[in-house]
Amino acid sequence: MSVNQQAHTGPPYGQPQPGYQGYQQPAYGGQPLPGVPQSQYGAYNGPMPGYQQPVPPQGYFPSLGFPSKGSPVSLNSDTSSLAPNFIGSLRAPPTSGAPPPASGASLPSGHLAYSQFGHGDVQNGIPTSAAPMQRPPASQPFLPGSAPTPVSQTSTFQQYGPPPASVQQLSNHMAGMTIGSTTASAPPPAGLGYGPPTSVPPVSGSFSTTGSGLYTPYTASQGPPPTSVSQGLPLAQPPFPGQPISTQRLPTQVPGFAPPPSSTGIGPSSYPPTTGAPRPPTMSGPPLPGQTAAGPPASQPNHVSSPPPPATMAGPHPGPHPGPPMSGLHGPPPPTHPPQPGYQMQQNGSFGQVRGPQPNYGGAYPGTPNYGSQPGPPPPPKRLDPDSIPSPQLNELPPQQKPRHRIDPDAIPSPIQVIEDDRSNRGSEPFVTGVRGQVPPLVTTNFVVKDQGNASPRYIRCTSYNIPCTSDMAKQSQVPLAAVIKPLATLPPEETLPYLVDHGESGPVRCNRCKAYMCPFMQFIEGGRRFQCCFCSCVTEVPPHYFQHLDHTGKRVDFYDRPELSLGSYEFLATVDYCKNNKFPSPPAFIFMIDVSYNAVKSGLVRLICEELKSLIDFLPREGNMEESAIRVGFVTYNKVLHFYNVKSSLAQPQMMVVSDVADMFVPLLDGFLVNVNESRTVIASLLDQIPEMFADTRETETVFAPVIQAGLEALKAAECAGKLFIFHTSLPIAEAPGKLKNRDDKKLINTDKEKTLFQPQTSFYNNLAKDCVAQGCCVDLFLFPNQYLDVATLGVVTYQTGGSIYKYAYFQLETDQDRFLNDLRRDVQKEVGFDAVMRVRTSTGIRATDFFGAFYMSNTTDVEMAGLDCDKTITVEFKHDDKLSEDSGALLQCALLYTSCAGQRRLRIHNLSLNCCTQLADLYRNCETDTLINYLAKHAYRGVLGSPVKTVRDALINQCAQILACYRKNCASPSSAGQLILPECMKLLPVYLNCVLKSDVLQPGPEVTTDDRAYIRQLVTSMDVAETNVFFYPRLLPLTKAEVDSDSLPAAIRNSEERLSKSDIYLLENGLNIFVWVGVNVQQSLIQNLFGVSSFSQISNALSTLPVLENSFSKKVRSIVDMLQVQRSRNMKLIIVKQEDKLEMLFKHFLVEDKSLSGGASYVDFLCHMHKEIRQLLS
Amino acid sequence: MATYLEFIQQNEERDGVRFSWNVWPSSRLEATRMVVPLACLLTPLKERLDLPPVQYEPVLCSRPTCKAVLNPLCQVDYRAKLWACNFCFQRNQFPPAYAGISEVNQPAELMPQFSTIEYIVQRGPQTPLIFLYVVDTCLEEEDLQALKESLQMSLSLLPADALVGLITFGRMVQVHELSCEGISKSYVFRGTKDLTAKQIQDMLGLSRPAVPIQQGRPLQTPEQPVISSRFLQPVHKIDMNLTDLLGELQRDPWPVTQGKRPLRSTGVALSIAVGLLEGTFPNTGARIMLFTGGPPTQGPGMVVGDELKTPIRSWHDIEKDNARFMKKATKHYETLANRTAANGHCIDIYACALDQTGLLEMKCCANLTGGHMVMGDSFNTSLFKQTFQRVFNKGFNGEFRMAFGASLDVKTSRELKIAGAIGPCISLNAKGPCVSENELGIGGTSQWKICSLDPSTTLAIYFEVVNQHNAPIPQGGRGAVQFVTQYQHSSTQKRIRVTTIARNWADAQSQLQHIEAAFDQEAAAVLMARLGVYRAESEEGPDVLRWLDRQLIRLCQKFGQYNKDDPNSFRLSESFSLYPQFMFHLRRSPFLQVFNNSPDESSYYRHHFARQDLTQSLIMIQPILYAYSFHGPPEPVLLDSSSILPDRILLMDTFFQIVIYLGETIAQWQKAGYQDMPEYENFKHLLQAPLDDAQEILQTRFPMPRYIHTEHGGSQARFLLSKVNPSQTHNNLYAWGQ
Repeated sequence: MSVNQQAHTGPPYGQPQPGYQGYQQPAYGGQPLPGVPQSQYGAYNGPMPGYQQPVPPQGYFPSLGFPSKGSPVSLNSDTSSLAPNFIGSLRAPPTSGAPPPASGASLPSGHLAYSQFGHGDVQNGIPTSAAPMQRPPASQPFLPGSAPTPVSQTSTFQQYGPPPASVQQLSNHMAGMTIGSTTASAPPPAGLGYGPPTSVPPVSGSFSTTGSGLYTPYTASQGPPPTSVSQGLPLAQPPFPGQPISTQRLPTQVPGFAPPPSSTGIGPSSYPPTTGAPRPPTMSGPPLPGQTAAGPPASQPNHVSSPPPPATMAGPHPGPHPGPPMSGLHGPPPPTHPPQPGYQMQQNGSFGQVRGPQPNYGGAYPGTPNYGSQPGPPPPPKRLDPDSIPSPQLNELPPQQKPRHRIDPDAIPSPIQVIEDDRSNRGSEPFVTGVRGQVPPLVTTNFVVKDQGNASPRYIRCTSYNIPCTSDMAKQSQVPLAAVIKPLATLPPEETLPYLVDHGESGPVRCNRCKAYMCPFMQFIEGGRRFQCCFCSCVTEVPPHYFQHLDHTGKRVDFYDRPELSLGSYEFLATVDYCKNNKFPSPPAFIFMIDVSYNAVKSGLVRLICEELKSLIDFLPREGNMEESAIRVGFVTYNKVLHFYNVKSSLAQPQMMVVSDVADMFVPLLDGFLVNVNESRTVIASLLDQIPEMFADTRETETVFAPVIQAGLEALKAAECAGKLFIFHTSLPIAEAPGKLKNRDDKKLINTDKEKTLFQPQTSFYNNLAKDCVAQGCCVDLFLFPNQYLDVATLGVVTYQTGGSIYKYAYFQLETDQDRFLNDLRRDVQKEVGFDAVMRVRTSTGIRATDFFGAFYMSNTTDVEMAGLDCDKTITVEFKHDDKLSEDSGALLQCALLYTSCAGQRRLRIHNLSLNCCTQLADLYRNCETDTLINYLAKHAYRGVLGSPVKTVRDALINQCAQILACYRKNCASPSSAGQLILPECMKLLPVYLNCVLKSDVLQPGPEVTTDDRAYIRQLVTSMDVAETNVFFYPRLLPLTKAEVDSDSLPAAIRNSEERLSKSDIYLLENGLNIFVWVGVNVQQSLIQNLFGVSSFSQISNALSTLPVLENSFSKKVRSIVDMLQVQRSRNMKLIIVKQEDKLEMLFKHFLVEDKSLSGGASYVDFLCHMHKEIRQLLS
Repeated sequence: MATYLEFIQQNEERDGVRFSWNVWPSSRLEATRMVVPLACLLTPLKERLDLPPVQYEPVLCSRPTCKAVLNPLCQVDYRAKLWACNFCFQRNQFPPAYAGISEVNQPAELMPQFSTIEYIVQRGPQTPLIFLYVVDTCLEEEDLQALKESLQMSLSLLPADALVGLITFGRMVQVHELSCEGISKSYVFRGTKDLTAKQIQDMLGLSRPAVPIQQGRPLQTPEQPVISSRFLQPVHKIDMNLTDLLGELQRDPWPVTQGKRPLRSTGVALSIAVGLLEGTFPNTGARIMLFTGGPPTQGPGMVVGDELKTPIRSWHDIEKDNARFMKKATKHYETLANRTAANGHCIDIYACALDQTGLLEMKCCANLTGGHMVMGDSFNTSLFKQTFQRVFNKGFNGEFRMAFGASLDVKTSRELKIAGAIGPCISLNAKGPCVSENELGIGGTSQWKICSLDPSTTLAIYFEVVNQHNAPIPQGGRGAVQFVTQYQHSSTQKRIRVTTIARNWADAQSQLQHIEAAFDQEAAAVLMARLGVYRAESEEGPDVLRWLDRQLIRLCQKFGQYNKDDPNSFRLSESFSLYPQFMFHLRRSPFLQVFNNSPDESSYYRHHFARQDLTQSLIMIQPILYAYSFHGPPEPVLLDSSSILPDRILLMDTFFQIVIYLGETIAQWQKAGYQDMPEYENFKHLLQAPLDDAQEILQTRFPMPRYIHTEHGGSQARFLLSKVNPSQTHNNLYAWGQ
């Protein structure tokens, strides 16, 4: 991949291909010269030989994923250079352990596994699982390679494929599925698709748990247990069906499958309760805990089952046995299963693996401390019966359940478990985006994305990857259809940035009618002379310069040479037609605007900022490999009046220009205000040295605000460029000027109909100003340092609408807050940012983007305009049906972002995403993403508070979720006692997360939450991505004392409940804004000494804002954890030390979101009961 | 008694006063029949080396409506220590300090030779002079450089304790703060928005500190005001700073696109300058010195749009009422000028550009406040540089030849009333018993304010004889006029100069010859000219000419001797002989003729005409022509085309121009290089003579005239040819000989 980048857009692709091919060929030869790589391939080849030869072109796969007809000729190109890159991929294969080369393969087990697969042995399941476990990296690279082959290969081959979880496999499955499906119902295909890919495991969680759980454990711990293996195979098959994700189906499948044995495995998963039995065994079986630990638990959670299950669980053995009972339970087996049977044999292996992890859960439970206590019970994953009797499955248990109030917290779905499961199931394999409608791993999972035609989930995540075909269905389910888009998301270093495509003067190729940009889904027809738009079906002539012949599959010959034909995300260089005023933009500018009123000066803020800016200006964002940033900088200080500075390079001293006419702001100078940093370095340094001195004696306490923005805006206008204002502001702007505000803070309004006014701006002045800013591409970033109310709701309007960020440091104190502020500032200045951006989301006919959430401005109903858009900004888009969708063609999204890069280049970034469509509600529920859903719901609710009383918003939120779940229960879940709460596997965390949203400060403020905080958070959340909302609403709680000092991994998180805190431990809680370090009263002195450098608990200071740097492993570990967390977040989190039973603990407890909150928020258990009640009401 | 000529000259020397009539007709009726009004040219600060100021307060008449100053014409009762006011006849006690007064021990003000006397009085805090530079930055690089150098140079010419300030303008207006070290600060204002003085002071942060200071402590510390303004600082303190600041001045950075004029916010810049001084230093001597290189093109006071394709207004446009911006701009500047004058500050305008710069609209700023108006082609000319330098010229005693914030109070004896004044002044609206209802010039008052004046500043003051015909004045009765000028001397002292003059009354019917003989035709010409020019400002040109003609005719009718229908019999007495000639040239002068002059030029010429003393005014009306030849010493010759001879060198001085014109032959000789041959050294001397004379004029005149050296047939010869009486032209040249 890296090669490609270097190579630039088009050509690079071509080259890589040759390289690959070259390699492969030798590999095939059987005697790859280059040790590892070849051998690896070779290993692969084994199974594929026949295939490969015909396929040769596939050599690309590593990069592209899809087999193409690469031109063989190109192969000759410098293989050497390419080699390195490929090696990576090659290595992966080796793991597979090409039989012959053995040398390359380090992992014997892997080889074995492979070989087995190749043979189509039953045992595949086991081996596969083993393989992935052992060498995660290897497996990733592998996938691509394997993917290609599988397609053509036979089932046997496929088996192989599965483990890698590559796209190809999917396709195979698909094919198979369809075939099989003929008998079965249509839906299966989707399920299949999922199954094979990585996605399967997580989804099926519950199912696999039983079946796979068993396997994995075995593989892991015991590896060999043949018996289990054998079972596993059969089981594995069922899992496939299970993959469809929904627990319910699984059960159904089981029966369908008949294969009782296999079904057993399934059974457990689906009908967890009964199957649950299997888990217990796993539980009991110590082996699991270690590895699988994390995984298994997840399964349980899904089905919030009542305690009873455990009992049953205990009895039954792993997957197999339970199966039968399960089957019985699962009445409505999805059609998907049927097809599987045939496949089962072949694919089982793969599936098995996938699921394997899930089974692990079972193990996991025991592993985790909490669970440890009650491993048994959890198994009954599916149903939670708050009040009534457990599900039928649990017949035995019923009695236990009755004590409804006593719901065991461990029995209800645990976010931690789900996260851990997903991490262990899917974290190890790359996520290849080639297949339509794949559900990506959770945001909490670390995974690598390979772009093979759909945008990475880092760019787009959807609430559901399977969209109802009709609006009726959509309405029925109440599941919002939304995409969370982060167009400029930062990618991990191992992933490739979108390629930049330059089509020269003619600009990007677009559909004539809907203006969609060329993308992988466009269909070329008539020998390549025309193409049919995948969105609107309009046929457009291919421009002559873009013409290319098609191969026999209808694909353009240059398919792999063109990112816009083969990738999900890429960029076009925009032509002058895409520029404002038909003029290419100038490089943007950064203007630093510093409040120099009394407060700011006195607190040392001004000096701090000036000092920091001196060095920070050398780190302005640069484009690519440019030596210096093209961004120009300007400086303004202000109190009641504004001071501009001329820092022209030719001056010996900067010049200050005061503009006191704040009523009618203008920029007093043109030349010398915005300068190149390198040219004016000395003058700027001199200025920054002098600013603190000049205002050292100021007595001015009043400030203005709107004129400051106006000034920046005017400056950018005058310079005819876009840019960003960094405003450092301290107080409510009460000086006589436009945009003057008054203090209107009034907590008495809370819980009244007027509460919404607290979130609304005081005056419409700022809205108009924002509009002007957007028109000019003037983005405003606001750093606030309030000592009292300063009306964030109003001050933030411009920032919010221009795509800027607000940072707030209440009661700023130099000693404690300076690092946090400086880190934020540095990051904010340095981060990648685009200007003057317009985003449009196009969709297939049938759905339409109808609503948008985020920090932007809209002048019409379709275009999202952002003066500035940085890599952290996210836009949530909601879709509604305006017609029917078809299952065959699915639904496509194309997000096109037109923006100006930091070097002033005008570009279009395109993200494409294909989704499946369904006619069965079950498919919808099986392909949902709860985190994304919560992201949408939170944003929707947070916007709602602007217009409705908070209570109304809360009720609506609860109601909607109840409807979603009720619909599932009614239409998808097996008939069972109304007393049972049955949650879709994918949404089993919906209640807990929803409860967190409802308890958040905006929707349910405690007495200590200020109006400003609420407004601040409200705006903050609106541009958060899924990962941020996830941790924001459900903070991460890590037991520090459990951290392994020697590894660089984080300790396993625990649930956010006070019950789980031990008095003798130290915990860390982070939510993206704060980090709390909670110290129990009984913590060993040595730990305290090691961490805080004081000898006793009572000596720990609350005032610490950082952990002392101490030379011991514990301190180092904790600090490295803190640092690691800080890096992950877009804002520097405030570190707060909380001692148990200290005043501050109240604040900390606020974040233990599973508990009852002081402000009246329900505990998780209570809320779950409440939801259940709501659902029952809806159902009756 | 000496001749009237000597008398007039002596009076002028002593009192700086020249009356049109030195014997006054004793009744109103007769006075009006004299055609030329009873009026005088007063040079209030005429340099008097022989006049040491006295260091005490003048003694005033105690009648509140009179308050005349004790003078040599008063009757004094030395025993009773009483004096009778010669204007209102009020009897006044001498103040205690005069206890020792006696016939032999008279205070200076009672001695006849002290008809003009100057008092130095100690009143209020002395505030240093203030110079506020208002500099246009929309200049060509070269011009700006020259201007910067001139300004830097000027710093060395200022009194060390003078306060200086700097305002620059272009598209924006910048008020530079001079006190700071390190970073240079300036306050910037939009060039399109007019601000009230209050707003300006608020925005400059001047209003707040001022209030507490005044309330907190009484005005005991004279330095307080100095400190209160960061924008005006003593030269000696910020000399270096300001020099650097000026050095770093850049051209206005805002881009000027093709076909556009730079945006120049002169109107706002002036407004801010006025507002700044108004808030900080009201009623102290201050000069706002505006340096501009083009017309104001935006904001209040704009004179022309920024489109180059629309030229700035011409007389033609004005006549056709096509000058869109003129009225509004004029109003803006008039308002400013009045405010400035009310504060006792003055505005100088130094406009250097090849095209017009809007002097027409801005003229009032200089005219009403006594400021200078200088017009040149470029700041990079000696004309500007030297003129500017001359602003800071010092007199014989090493004092600046400038005074500030003067008020002129005129008192008359009962038979006279004051009709008005024409000059660089504004009315103080002091109505009194001696104010006439008929206005000539700026009337309706007996007091005027002259915000800035120098020793040559001259006002024309017009009187009206109100004595009725049937109330004859006793024989030997004299009419008296007292001029009381209070002003701030350049040394910042407050001074009062009092001039009291008296003239005999005469019955016009019986003693016309006395009156006739006492006619000062030069003064009369200038006084009539001022009236004419004053009227020309507001009336159509032809009307003024007709009025002038009619006056001349009436004068000739009254005083000429002629036989009806016999033109050749016409005679005028000696004292009137030159008057018609003056009128002739006046009619042709640029003061009344706008043809071939731009509105700016007209305004410029008229400005100077309204303030120069009699001699200079006469030169303006009728340029002086000297002839240099081998035939004798240089001689003045008639301003007539017949004076142009081939073997003559002519030197013409029109006040605004000095033209040296080489006759045809002389020019040929010069070309042939005779002057370089030793044997023709006399020719060299001949060539040199006019140059030396011209140099002498150039050295002393303010503003420095344009110096033109040309020869027969040269293109520049038009300056000469346009002035001379065209008795000989190409049309009649040959016919003349026949």
